[in-house]
Amino acid sequence: MPKPHGGKLVNRILTGKERERALAEAEKLPKIKVNDKLVKDVENIANGIFSPLEGFLGQEDYLNVLNQKRLANGLPWAIPILLDVDRDSVNSLREGDDAVIVNGEDGISAIMHVEEIFGFDKKEMARQVFGTLDEGHPGVKKVYGMNEFLIGGKIDLVSRSKSPYHRYCLTPMETRILFREKGWRTIVGFQTRNVPHLGHEYVQKTALTFVDGVFINPVIGRKKNGDFKDEVILETYEALIQNYYLKERAVLAILQTEMRYAGPREAIFHAIVRKNFGCTHFIVGRDHAGVGSYYPPYAAQEIFEEFPDLGIVPLFFTSFFYCKRCGGVANEKTCPHDRQHRIEFSGTKMREMLSNGEKPPYELIRPEVADIIMRWENPFVEVE
Amino acid sequence: MSTLSGEKSAAVPIPIPKPLYNKIEERIEGTEFTSVTDYVTYVLEQVVSETEEEKEVYSEEDERKIKERLRSLGYL
Repeated sequence: MPKPHGGKLVNRILTGKERERALAEAEKLPKIKVNDKLVKDVENIANGIFSPLEGFLGQEDYLNVLNQKRLANGLPWAIPILLDVDRDSVNSLREGDDAVIVNGEDGISAIMHVEEIFGFDKKEMARQVFGTLDEGHPGVKKVYGMNEFLIGGKIDLVSRSKSPYHRYCLTPMETRILFREKGWRTIVGFQTRNVPHLGHEYVQKTALTFVDGVFINPVIGRKKNGDFKDEVILETYEALIQNYYLKERAVLAILQTEMRYAGPREAIFHAIVRKNFGCTHFIVGRDHAGVGSYYPPYAAQEIFEEFPDLGIVPLFFTSFFYCKRCGGVANEKTCPHDRQHRIEFSGTKMREMLSNGEKPPYELIRPEVADIIMRWENPFVEVE
Repeated sequence: MSTLSGEKSAAVPIPIPKPLYNKIEERIEGTEFTSVTDYVTYVLEQVVSETEEEKEVYSEEDERKIKERLRSLGYL
């Protein structure tokens, strides 16, 4: 199993007397209000999912991530993890002081050790991270909507937020012990924000032939219109694993964070996170973490050439289709037949069929998975 | 020179055969490694870390609780 990124699993979760002391002091501290999405990243930092980060990025690390896709110490890191605040909040904070991060729904989340307060160029961030300034890109839209200031500094988690998916929330400490107890030495991580079709299953099982286990790790968090709801993703994966996988070879657990839709940079970020969970390999398909046509189809694979020191092995897959002549899932390297025999794994087409109450064919989606999706009146995310 | 943990330490020269040095120099062209020293240090750090036992950040009690949770959730 690889060491966590940076060599050590971060653990900034307060317990016992330390936690009691922090809670008592929190009453007197200035408050930084965050939404339920940012609170998840506070927890991801604290439980080591974002190792080696121990807090939100300071300016030096932030600029290095933007310009070099590395932290200031040279360690690969491609997505800036930031805490943005407005001017009113800044006026109540000072560098060197502590503040308390609060989430409206769940109360006190963490103590923030305010090391730096700095401004940033939103356009530059959008350009560097997403490769575009187009507000049609969901990630760019979010950047433009951020507050003007960033706070850098370490955090100490005091309380976890509630989650309806608590049963699927595993920390890196837990997954590493789990993989060890299962006797897995090589593990392939699979990132998804979708319900499974046969192409996904094929890719996972192809990778599984070379490793001991597959860690299926859907992203649960902010998505865009047209993505499947989190509950649908989990229910369909449970059905798939129950019916088509060996229980001792597959683990399903979630990653609670936002999708950034940053394509290549996010592929590196996703690989690092799965390395922290204990994965030795990571599947990268066509247009990983992409949206629309902002990124070339295989840019998210090519970027790995910049990181020979990443510490997790990427497994690259080109796009698959179902070939009726081959009688199974294939790609252009394995199938000699004409296109007329192919059924493409088109997400758009499958969504259309499902929206029209039409069950997609068994060549595309397992019937158990299709049945679950079709039981939902509306299985898709609708963002206002 | 920095170690994996980012600490600065004194460097110690270690001779390697010239043909090997030249091969490495060719290999790192166009990569993120800026010198043969960088590349060799990285490779050796990987080798050394694989043989080191992973220093656990959790106690026996933590491990017991984690296994209990994993069992209750059906993972073990």
